Amino acid sequence: MNTPTLPPTTTLLRDARTWLLRGRLPIATAVALLVATLFANLIVADNFLTAFNLRSIFANVIPLAAVAVGQTVIVLGRGIDLSIGVIATLSSVVTVSVVEPWGLPAALLTGLATGAACGLVNGLLVAVIRLQPIVATFATSFVWAGLALYVLPPGTAAAPRMPDVIVLGYRGAFLGAPNAAWLLLLIGLSWLVLKRTRLLRHVYAVGGDEQAAFATGVRVARVQVLTYVIGGAYASIGSFAMLANSGSADALAGGGLTLASIAALVIGGTRLSGGAGGAGGTIVGVLVLQLLTSLLVALRPPTDVRQLIDGLLVILALALAGLWSGRRRSR
Amino acid sequence: MNLATLRTRAQLSEPRALLRNPVVLSLLVLLALFAAGNVLAPGFASYGSFVNTLRIAAFLGVIAAGQTIVILGGGEGIDLSVGKIATFSTVVVAQVSQGQDERLLLAIVAALAYCGLIGLANGIGVAYLRIPPLVMTLGMVGVVTGVIRVYSGGQPEGRAPAVLSQVVNGTVLGGVRGSVWIWLIVAVSTIWLLRRTTFGRRVYSLGANREAAFLSGINVQRNLVLLYVASSLYAALGGIMLLGFAGAASINLADQYQLISIAAVVIGGTTLAGGIGGYLGTAVGAVVLQTMRNLLIVLDIPAAGRQIVNGVILIVLLSLYGRQRRLRQ
Repeated sequence: MNTPTLPPTTTLLRDARTWLLRGRLPIATAVALLVATLFANLIVADNFLTAFNLRSIFANVIPLAAVAVGQTVIVLGRGIDLSIGVIATLSSVVTVSVVEPWGLPAALLTGLATGAACGLVNGLLVAVIRLQPIVATFATSFVWAGLALYVLPPGTAAAPRMPDVIVLGYRGAFLGAPNAAWLLLLIGLSWLVLKRTRLLRHVYAVGGDEQAAFATGVRVARVQVLTYVIGGAYASIGSFAMLANSGSADALAGGGLTLASIAALVIGGTRLSGGAGGAGGTIVGVLVLQLLTSLLVALRPPTDVRQLIDGLLVILALALAGLWSGRRRSR
Repeated sequence: MNLATLRTRAQLSEPRALLRNPVVLSLLVLLALFAAGNVLAPGFASYGSFVNTLRIAAFLGVIAAGQTIVILGGGEGIDLSVGKIATFSTVVVAQVSQGQDERLLLAIVAALAYCGLIGLANGIGVAYLRIPPLVMTLGMVGVVTGVIRVYSGGQPEGRAPAVLSQVVNGTVLGGVRGSVWIWLIVAVSTIWLLRRTTFGRRVYSLGANREAAFLSGINVQRNLVLLYVASSLYAALGGIMLLGFAGAASINLADQYQLISIAAVVIGGTTLAGGIGGYLGTAVGAVVLQTMRNLLIVLDIPAAGRQIVNGVILIVLLSLYGRQRRLRQ
C-alpha cells in the first residue's frame, strides 16, 4: 500500500481504525459505556460531583475492583474461579480475627497468605488434578465458606473489629482525591507491572492456545496454578477494602462478588475463553457497574422495580460488550 | 508410548472398561455412600430412607435435566439461571392459583409460559446476540430476581393448591412418593428425547462439532434457542414440584439449584465441553448429591464442618471421573 500519497485526515482515520481493530474494540466499547454512564449520572444526579458521593463511590468500588482484577488474571489463563468471592470472605474473617493479637501488618500478611493459599488449592485442583474449573472452584467455595464460619461464627457477641486508623483512612482523602481512588490507581498500576512480567505473557499464551503454549515449552500447569494464586491474593486485597469499608467482617458476606467480578471483566472486554483482554478493561467494567448502581439510586424508581431495571441494565451492558467478542467465533 | 497399549488393555478387560463408565461409577459411589452412612448412622441405608432420598432428589433431578441438555449442546453452554427460574415458577404457581385446586392448571400453564419466555430470552442472547452463555444466564439471574420482586411485591402470596401437594407428596406403590414418579416420567422422556428424536441428535451434534452441524444443514441458532427454552421449562417443572413439597413460595426457594445442578451433570459424566454424556448419569448424580447432603445432616456436624465436608466430598467425586485430558502433543 502506498501510504504517503493519502491526505492526512484519511491516514488519521485509517490509523484509528487499524488501532481499534487490533483487538481494541472491546475496550473501546467499555470506555464508551463508562462515558455514557458517567454522563447519565451527571445529568440525573445533582449531587454526583460532591466530595462525599465520589468518596463513597470509590470506597464501594475497591472490593469488587480487586477481586475482578484477580478473576481477570485467572480467566486470561483459560480458567475461572467461582470461589473467589468466598476467598475474599475467608481472608477478611481471618485478617480481622488476628488483627488484635498480632498487629496490623502481620494480620494483613496473614490475610494475603490465606487468599494465596486458597488460590493455590484451586490451581492445583484445576491444573494438576485437571478438574473442570467451574465445578472444582464451586466445590472449594463450600470449603472456604465452611472455614470462614469456623473462624468467625456469625452472631459472635464481641466480633473483632479493624483498628480505626484503617476505617478512617479508607474514607479520607489525599491531595484532594479520595484515598480509595488512589487505591484504585494502585490496583491498576499493579496490573500494569504484572502485565509486563514473563508470567503474564505465558498466561496470555496459555489462554490463547493451550496446546501451542505447551508445544513451545510454556509450563502450562505451573502457569495456571500461579494465575489462581494471584487471583486469590487479589481477592485478599479486596477483602482488606471490605474490612476497611465496614470496620468488621461477616462470614456470610462476599459471595456476590464472584458473579459481579465475572460480569465486570466481560463488560471490560476480556474474553471468557481466555487469552484476550486485560484488567484495565475490567476496572472500567467495575466502574460501569458501580455507576449503573448509583444512577439507579439517583433515579429513585419504585423499590419493587429497582432490581429489575438493574438486571436489565447489566444485561444491556453485557450484550453491548459481547457484540465484538462474538465476531471471533464462527457461529 | 505405552499409553496406547494401556488404553487397549482397558478396552479389552471388561471390568475396567465398565469402571470407566461414569454411570456405573456414580452408582458405585452411591452404594459406598449408603454403606458408609449405614455404618455411621444405622438405618441410613434402609428402604424408607432410600425412598425418601429419591423424593427430595427428584427436584434436583428434574432441574438438572435442562442443565444436561444445555451443557450437551456445547459451545461453553451452561445455564446459571435455572435456580432463579425455578423459584420464579414457584412464585407464579402460588400467586396465580391462590391455593385453589381449580386454578392449578391455569397456574401451571402460566408458569411454563413465563419461564419459557425467559428461556427464549436466554437463547436469543446466546444464539443471536452471541453473549457467552455463562454471562447471559448470569445476567438473567439479576433480571429474574427483579421480575420476581415486581411480580410478587417482595412477598409472594398464595400457597400450593391441595391437589398439587397431594400429587407430589402422596404415596403410590411401595411407599414411593409422587415426586419420584413424576421424576421417573421426566427421566424416561428426557432419555428418549435425547436418544431417539431428531432434536436429541441435533443436541449431540451441536455439542460435538458445531461447524459440522452447521454444514450438515442444522439451523444452529434456532436449535440453540430451543436448548435454553427446554432448560427453563425443566426448571419451571422442578419449581412446580418443589412448591408442592414446600407448600408455600418464597423469593429464593429454589436458588440453591443454580450451581448444584451443574455438579449433578458433571458427576453424571457429561463433560462441560459438550457432546458427550447423557441424562441417565445426571439422574444418578442427583441422587448421589442428595445422599451426600442427607448423610451430612444425619451425622449432625455443625454448619461450618458440614460445608467443609460437603466441599471435600464434591472434590473427591469430581476427581473420580470429572477429569480432563492431559496436555500432549
